[in-house]
Amino acid sequence: MEKIPIIKMGDFLLVSIQVDMHDRLAMALQDDLTIRVAKERSKGVLIDISSLDVVDSFIGRMLDNIAAMTRALGTETVVVGMQPAVAITIVELGLSLENIYTALNVDKGMALLEARMKASVDENDE
Amino acid sequence: MMNNIVRREVIPLLSDEDIVRARKIVRDWTISLKFSLVDQTKLVTAVSELARNTVEHGGGGSALLEMLDDSIRRGIRLTFEDQGPGIANIDQAMTDGYSSRGSLGLGLGGTKRLVNEFDLSSEPGKGTRVTIARWK
Ligand SMILES: Nc1ncnc2c1ncn2[C@@H]1O[C@H](COP(=O)(O)OP(=O)(O)OP(=O)(O)O)[C@@H](O)[C@H]1O
Ligand SMILES: [Mg+2]
Repeated sequence: MEKIPIIKMGDFLLVSIQVDMHDRLAMALQDDLTIRVAKERSKGVLIDISSLDVVDSFIGRMLDNIAAMTRALGTETVVVGMQPAVAITIVELGLSLENIYTALNVDKGMALLEARMKASVDENDE
Repeated sequence: MMNNIVRREVIPLLSDEDIVRARKIVRDWTISLKFSLVDQTKLVTAVSELARNTVEHGGGGSALLEMLDDSIRRGIRLTFEDQGPGIANIDQAMTDGYSSRGSLGLGLGGTKRLVNEFDLSSEPGKGTRVTIARWK
């Protein structure tokens, strides 16, 4: 079966979704990513959706699940690069994605993860 | 007013892959009608939601695509049909947040907001038909 590649970038994992995923592929990504986060002890996950021209309730739920599962493992997920037309559409659809960190692009997403990492280290120092 | 149907296509909806195919065909149609990117995205998203409902709740069915031209405006109408269990309480099903399977329950209510015309008819035990249209 085809798979969405997960790339290791230092302490982070990067997923760039380039194809129109069918539902089983999206579910497989959710599982693969959770397993990889645990195995690599990743400090953060970046999901680049700049090539996705549709985010429906199913993909929205997948992103939400990934954020929840990685958070359960002590890691944060940032979704980056959402197309403006997609952002407009999901608001009307009623998808809030309120549990998910988002950023404009990979660089900004990375900066956000680094800031989160630093914040949690500072918290632990106190 | 007379709706002139200038193009017609039936897409079977039985699997995950069929949902992807429906998204792609509708995207192509919206491009050929020169829909704006936002309007393309809204219609394709609505199609994705309804196609998934047909496959998952309706046990499979089909979508009829029609390109309409009534001399003033052009648009796309889609009719999703299945012979599944039907919907007993339509008002409840249309409510945001209601799902019979613990999902987000945004599909029907959300879809209605993404299109210009929305019509749902369903008979328990017989099946469900949802018709939507979006004009350029
Ligand atoms: N074609 C259908 N046949 C039978 N029941 C349906 C059909 N479409 C929708 N329903 C019923 O209406 C409910 C609401 O549908 P809706 O698409 O809003 O939510 P969902 O599919 O449960 O969740 P989501 O679409 O957010 O993942 C469904 O849970 C289901 O019970
Ligand atoms: Mg649905």
